[in-house]
Amino acid sequence: MSAQEQTRPQTIHTTYREAMREAIRDALIRDPRVFLMGEDVGRYGGCFAVSKGLLEEFGPERIRDTPLSESAFVGAGIGAAMGGMRPIVEIMTVNFSLLALDQIVNNAATILHMSGGQFNIPLVIRMTTGAGRQLAAQHSHSLEGWYAHIPGIKVLAPATLEDARGMLWTALEDPDPVLIFEHGSLYNMEGELAADAGAVDIEHAAIRRPGSDLSLITYGGTLGKAMQAALELAAAGIDAEVLDLRTLRPLDNDAIVDSVTRTHRAVIIDEGWRSGSISAEISARIMEGTFYELDAPVQRVCSAEAPMPYPKHLEEAALPQVSVIVETARALVGKRD
Amino acid sequence: MTAITSITAAQAQPQREHALDLFRQMVLIRRFEEKCAELYRAGKIHGFVHLYIGEEAIAAGAMQALAPDDAVVATYREHGHALVRGVPAPAVMAELYGKQEGCSRGRGGSMHLFDAATRFYGGNAIVGGGLPLAVGLALADRLARRPRVTACFFGEGAVAEGEFHECLNLSALWKLPVLFFCENNLYAMGTALGRSESETDLCLKASSYEIPAWPVDGMDVEACEDAARRAAAEVRGGGGPVFLEFRTYRFRAHSMFDPQLYRTKQEIDEWKKRDPILIYDGRLRESGLLDDDRLKRIEDGVAAEVQKAVDFAEAGTWEPVEDLTRFVYSERTRT
Repeated sequence: MSAQEQTRPQTIHTTYREAMREAIRDALIRDPRVFLMGEDVGRYGGCFAVSKGLLEEFGPERIRDTPLSESAFVGAGIGAAMGGMRPIVEIMTVNFSLLALDQIVNNAATILHMSGGQFNIPLVIRMTTGAGRQLAAQHSHSLEGWYAHIPGIKVLAPATLEDARGMLWTALEDPDPVLIFEHGSLYNMEGELAADAGAVDIEHAAIRRPGSDLSLITYGGTLGKAMQAALELAAAGIDAEVLDLRTLRPLDNDAIVDSVTRTHRAVIIDEGWRSGSISAEISARIMEGTFYELDAPVQRVCSAEAPMPYPKHLEEAALPQVSVIVETARALVGKRD
Repeated sequence: MTAITSITAAQAQPQREHALDLFRQMVLIRRFEEKCAELYRAGKIHGFVHLYIGEEAIAAGAMQALAPDDAVVATYREHGHALVRGVPAPAVMAELYGKQEGCSRGRGGSMHLFDAATRFYGGNAIVGGGLPLAVGLALADRLARRPRVTACFFGEGAVAEGEFHECLNLSALWKLPVLFFCENNLYAMGTALGRSESETDLCLKASSYEIPAWPVDGMDVEACEDAARRAAAEVRGGGGPVFLEFRTYRFRAHSMFDPQLYRTKQEIDEWKKRDPILIYDGRLRESGLLDDDRLKRIEDGVAAEVQKAVDFAEAGTWEPVEDLTRFVYSERTRT
């Protein structure tokens, strides 16, 4: 072992964006069946610069710029997956994915079951989700909860550097369609990542902060807010557990029920709207799974029931905020001052 | 048709057998579907059933251009395509019954026939929904450097869908090996082409994407085969997709619930004079390839095959309710 290798740091300083790019790079190197396609993934370098440099490294066969034809290129991803490839399809935002909803819901999610198990679809679709960048009502929504409604697909929400780096490879190894939702506010998130970080499991929720007084249950872009709220609650003598769901379908039911069974109280934080939402589903599962352990009704902090507005003050008012999480949690444990 | 008349003696036997096989395939589809209608009325088959009767020449002819490892994507009016492609008739009939011996385990029914062995990728009941899949299958072949083609059948109603335009553009842009086989039976359910399209020349639409396109007499099985072979040769040559407009007519209702208020009996009767089986019967007789005796043998053989399919479906079993959620996700964990 050379001296240089001996002194190599155990961790690297990186960003969520770079972790995601490294995950794609790694997949392209490891499996010749993997290719990336989507709008502006090549020459432009990706709308959020995730795929910057990959065209130069892997060439236009494997880094494919597509026309603005979401239905065609998502459906082509499904067809290519059935044809033996391992496509990564990038959709710029979750709002644009609605143009491909037919292909995702009517084909990707149904064909394995409808064909009696004959044709599986090993496809990964990545897209940006969420608000916080003043992009108004057609670039800011959080519709991952909608997708989590659909049997036949899996829905992931990486909220950490480890998951940004590790979920993609596991998703590509999965025989069925996997949707990865990357919150737009996370791309610039910086931190330390193990130098040898690699694939992670996509089946389990993760306790990001253990606690005993209540469970803050969240995922994706609101994990950071929940962690901040837990810090502030700790200062007020309230010990909050933070559960990062990581995967919205299938939900890690056991982790949710276990956490709430220990803490007896739950606040769900979700950037989606509350009506008919994943937060409603989680609330129902708590009721079904640990009703008699609850010391108080489940609470939810969700986005305001309105299309996302452009001005900063209205957008902030529409989104779950740390102060509201803290206030809700304090009210729940009866330590409101 | 020169294909039959201008051949050498050495070619005569295979040519003759091929012609009779085309005829037999059309008769099989016709009799199979007449039986479907009967079984539907008898309460054996349920849901939506869309009969292909009148359009048999297209599937029978066009499918000849495909090799076993090529792929097929079809619509909800796909019994004929599945049969000609080689999905066993008993498996198709069992599927219509909803029995687990069906080609999709009984889960798809009439509109969702699937068969991995013959690379038959459905059976798609969303108009236009199969086109992106065909583009993707072709893309996989391109990336894997496999010399295969994907045939995508769809009706003229699909040309009003955005997916049609997106897919023609994308496949032409990337020069993908797709055969776009448009079956123009003049009515999207009950809406005539002229009532839904500002431009009714479908080949012109395809040409606008730089895709070679030409119309074919969809009532003439040899014309269908000939056009499909030319198109397939062009696609295999690496030039990108080809679009064929097969001009045809559906003799029966759109589905089993259609009183056909949108077209006249006179129009249907006029088209029935161009029945593809009738036309080919006449041509084969003129060439001396068919007579009453041979026709009877073909009909008897087909009747036996259809009866065998019905018997198989009748004897089939229901998938256990406990299996309802099998294959929502794959049972193997790694690929």
